[in-house]
Amino acid sequence: MAVDRFPVEAGHIMMFARSVGDYNPIYSDEEYAKSTEVGGIIAPPTFPQASAQFDPEYRLRPKPGEPWMGSGKNPTSLSDSGGGSASRGLHAEQHFEYHRHLKPGDVLSAATNPGKTWEKQGRRGGLLKFSESITEYRDQHGELVITARSVGVATEKAAE
Amino acid sequence: MALRASELKTGDTYEEVVVEDLKRTQIVQYAGASGDYNPVHTDNLFVTEVAGYPTVFAHGMLTMGLAGKAVTNYVGDGRLTNFGVRFSKQVWPGDTLTTNLTVTEVSTGDVPTVAVDVVTTNADGDVVVKGTATARIDP
Repeated sequence: MAVDRFPVEAGHIMMFARSVGDYNPIYSDEEYAKSTEVGGIIAPPTFPQASAQFDPEYRLRPKPGEPWMGSGKNPTSLSDSGGGSASRGLHAEQHFEYHRHLKPGDVLSAATNPGKTWEKQGRRGGLLKFSESITEYRDQHGELVITARSVGVATEKAAE
Repeated sequence: MALRASELKTGDTYEEVVVEDLKRTQIVQYAGASGDYNPVHTDNLFVTEVAGYPTVFAHGMLTMGLAGKAVTNYVGDGRLTNFGVRFSKQVWPGDTLTTNLTVTEVSTGDVPTVAVDVVTTNADGDVVVKGTATARIDP
């Protein structure tokens, strides 16, 4: 993943906090947030994941003029037409290190580098192939704000 | 509001029900907010007939976000320094999830910190995510 520009916006933070069922006013109420030690709205801990919205290459988002694997009238599988289906790729681990917390007005960039890869025999899913990636999020001043480590796993058949 | 090193000890616990009867709508909300539109999470026709699952399931990151709510409710806002989980079981519509935190270390250096284990279980008692978090605390 490479994201050149991820503007952190108050409305997006509010939507994201709602989506994880977190109605803490620190994520939506500027007046309340000003009265706290934090001093302003911040983003919930897993918000960096929403950088996917700003990744032009992100494959789990429909794009104009390109086939999409989701169903319309009928179920669709891109693998039937020679494309790749993402359905066998699952998220195994996610880790965040917070150098500081994100706030509205931050303009982040993110660069991802591959980490380790390994294999493991699954109990029901056949051979499991793990791959790690490290993403560094920097603000508009070049300061490192979040380091994320993600582990993905590809399975040979649907996990149960 | 912040935790105090002087009042914390290893083995202290905190428990929070982070979602009751998870609705498909919440999974859709997460897809929209996060930008992860993988149809396995929102498209029942795709997930049953193409991907081969019984129905849609939650994004792992939604489950992590729910666990994160319990973590920040415990350690306070803006205090978190590390948070990581391993996803061990899928979360389905209708699941009720409980996050349990257990203090594993209280450090009283120049920057006092607390480390906690984070375990989220479903109503059957199966672990869905498990991990750790660390946070700055007051002396």
